[in-house]
Amino acid sequence: MIDTRPPLIEVEDLKTYFYLDEGVVRAVDGVSFTIRRGQTVGVVGESGCGKSITARSIMQIVRPPGRIVSGSIRLHREPTAADRPGDVVEITRMDPMSKEMRLIRGGEISMVFQEPMTSLSPVHTVGSQIIEAITLHQPVSREDARRLTIEIFSKVGMQQPARTIDRYPHQLSGGMRQRAMIAMALSCNPSLLIADEPTTALDVTTEAQILQLMRNLQKELGMAIMFITHNLGVVAQMTEIVFVMYMGRVVETATVDDLFYDPKHPYTRLLLRSIPKLGSKAAGTAPRLESIRGTVPHPYAIPKGCPFHPRCGDMIPGVCDVVDPPLVKIGDSQEVRCHLYTPANAPGSGEVIPLTTT
Amino acid sequence: MIQYIARRILLMIPTLFVISLISFAIIQLPPGDFLTSYVAQLRTQGESIDAAQIEALEEQYGLNQPIYVQYWKWISGILLRGDWGRSFEWGRPVGELIWDRIGLTMMISLLTILLSWAIAIPAGVYAATHQYSFADYLMSFISFFGLGTPSFLVALIALWVGLAVFGVNISGLYSERFINEPWSTAKVLDMLSRIWLPIVVLAIDNTASVIRTLRANLLDELSKPYVETARAKGVRETALIWKYPVRVALNPFFSTVGWTLAALVSGETLVSVVLSYQTSGPLLLRALTSQDMYLAGSFILLLSTLTVIGTLLSDILLAWVDPRIRLEG
Ligand SMILES: Nc1ncnc2c1ncn2[C@@H]1O[C@H](COP(=O)(O)OP(=O)(O)OP(=O)(O)O)[C@@H](O)[C@H]1O
Ligand SMILES: [Mg+2]
Repeated sequence: MIDTRPPLIEVEDLKTYFYLDEGVVRAVDGVSFTIRRGQTVGVVGESGCGKSITARSIMQIVRPPGRIVSGSIRLHREPTAADRPGDVVEITRMDPMSKEMRLIRGGEISMVFQEPMTSLSPVHTVGSQIIEAITLHQPVSREDARRLTIEIFSKVGMQQPARTIDRYPHQLSGGMRQRAMIAMALSCNPSLLIADEPTTALDVTTEAQILQLMRNLQKELGMAIMFITHNLGVVAQMTEIVFVMYMGRVVETATVDDLFYDPKHPYTRLLLRSIPKLGSKAAGTAPRLESIRGTVPHPYAIPKGCPFHPRCGDMIPGVCDVVDPPLVKIGDSQEVRCHLYTPANAPGSGEVIPLTTT
Repeated sequence: MIQYIARRILLMIPTLFVISLISFAIIQLPPGDFLTSYVAQLRTQGESIDAAQIEALEEQYGLNQPIYVQYWKWISGILLRGDWGRSFEWGRPVGELIWDRIGLTMMISLLTILLSWAIAIPAGVYAATHQYSFADYLMSFISFFGLGTPSFLVALIALWVGLAVFGVNISGLYSERFINEPWSTAKVLDMLSRIWLPIVVLAIDNTASVIRTLRANLLDELSKPYVETARAKGVRETALIWKYPVRVALNPFFSTVGWTLAALVSGETLVSVVLSYQTSGPLLLRALTSQDMYLAGSFILLLSTLTVIGTLLSDILLAWVDPRIRLEG
C-alpha cells in the first residue's frame, strides 16, 4: 500500500550536535524521514537516542551548546489553489530568531511537552498563555482571542472552560494542565503537532483520557501528529507509521502492523520483546521481562560500523563492526538500516534471516 | 488576599511587642536611673533643680514604681501621646530630634534600592542570557569587587577624590552656607545635588548582590520547560525572557525588600558618619556612646518597627506578584 497523501515535513540527513567541553555529543546523527499531511507517526527508542532533539530541531529551538550542523528540514505548505503546488520552505536555512521562523513555531508546527507541571508559567493564568499564542498568530482582538480560548478549552474537554481560563496552573490537576497544553498547541490550527511523551507524567486513567482526546482531535482537525514515546502500547493505539531510533539515527521505519508482526532490525525485535505480554503475569507463566542487553554506548564514543553491534545478538564479525550499514528498503513501506538485509549478506532475497535467540 | 494581609498584620503584633521590650531594656541598661544622671548633669552645669521638679519627673516616668509600670508609662506615652521621652544630651524631646533624620535615612535607603535595581536588573538579565560571555565575566568580577569593598571605604575614597582631584569638599549633606538655614527650595536643591553620593556609595553593595542573585535565579529559570513552551509558541526571544523567566526570578527580591532596607539602614550609618551627614545613623551612634538612652531606645524601636513594616509590605508585594502564594493564602 502506497501512501498518496502529500508530504508535510521532509527531514533529510539531519545532524544536530552538542559541543561540550568534554567532546561533541552527536544527539541526532543523520536522521531522515517524511511525515505526510494528516499522518500520525510514532518515534520510539531508548532514552537518549535523540527523539526530543529531533523534534526540537524541526522547531529550531535547540539551545546552545547544541545546534543543527547539517541536513535539511523541508516544510510543505498547503496548496492555495488546486492546480498550484504549495510553497516549500527550508527550515534549516532560516534564522531561528527570525520572524518567519517564529510564525512557523506555534502557528504551523506546535509542540506539547512531557511535563505538564512545569510547562506552563506558574505566574500567569493558563488563559493568558493561550491568548498570547492566538494573538501572536492570528489577526484577532484580545476579546476574540479569549472567546476562542474558551471554545478550544471546551473542545479539549476542560471542565468549566469559562472559569478555568482565569486559573493558574497550580490550581489545575496534571491532566487538566496537559489539556491546557494541548489547547495551546492546537489554538492556531497547526499542520503538525509534535507530542513529546505527552502522557509519561500522567497516571494510567488520565493517560487513556488524553490519548482518546488526541485521537478525536486528530480526526476532527486533521493535523499530522508526531508522537514521541517510550511506550509501544501507545504506539499501537495512536500511530500509523513508526520510526525506531537508535543513537541519533532512524534504524527502522515500518507501519504499525509490520512493526509488531514483522519487525526487521534486531534492535526493534529486542525493543518489542522488552514489553510484558498482557495477561501472562496473571497466568503465572510470565517470562522474565527481557531488557536489552547492555546499555547505550557513551555518546562521545560511538562504536565503529553499526552503532548497535556491541549489543546485537546477530552481529556479523568483520562486517557490522567495520562498515556503516546502508538503508535497505523492504517492500513498499518498510526500511531498515542493517547489514542482515543487504544483498551481500542475504543473497537473492529480502528474506528474513533466522535470528539466533539470545 | 485580604485574609492573608490580615493574618500577617496580626502576626506583626507579637513581633513589635518583643521589639519594644528590647528597646525598653536598652533604655534601662546603664546603672542608676536616668534621672539621677540628669540631675547630676544639671548640677555640673551649675544649674539647680528643685525637689518638686524632680518629683514631677519621677511621677511622669514612674521611676519609683515596678519595672512593668515604667514600661507601660513609656510605651503608652509613645503610642497615645507621641511622647518619646527626653534626650539629656540635647536637652530636647526625642520626638523633635528623630523624625527629620529618620525621614532622611528612609529616603536615602529607598533611593538606593531603586538605583541598584535599575542597574542590577538589566545587568543580571544580560549576564544570565549571555552566560560565559566576556560581559558576564566582567560583571562577575565587578560584583565580587563591589561586595568585597566596605561601603565606608568607598565613601572615604570618594571624599579623598573630591578633595584631591576636584578640590571640593563633598562631605555634609548641605553646603556650608545652608547648614543653619531653614528649609527652602534652594536648600532642597543643594541637598539633592549632594545626596547622590551616599546613594551611589550604598548602591554598590546592593547592586553587586542583586546582580549575582538574579543571575543565578535566572539561569535556573531559563532551563525550565515553561520557557521552552513560550519559545515553541513563537514568542520573540527578548519579550519571552522578560515576560516569563525574569518575572519569576525577580520574585525573591520583592520578598526581601524589608531586609534590604534594614541592611541599608545599618550600612548607611557608617557611610553617613564618614561623610558627616545629619541622618539617623550618626545620631544613634552618638546616643549610644554618650548613654543618651531615651534617644537610643526610641531610635532602635522606630528603626526596627520600620523594618517590620517593610517586611510586611514586601510580603504583600510578593503575594501580589506570585499567585502561588496569594491563592494558597
Ligand atoms: N543540553 C544538552 N547538552 C548536552 N547534551 C544534550 C543536551 N540535550 C540533549 N543532549 C544529548 O542529546 C542526546 C539525545 O537527547 P534527547 O533528549 O533527544 O533524547 P530522547 O531520545 O528524547 O530521550 P528521552 O526518552 O529520555 O527523552 C542525549 O545523549 C543527550 O545526552
Ligand atoms: Mg525526550
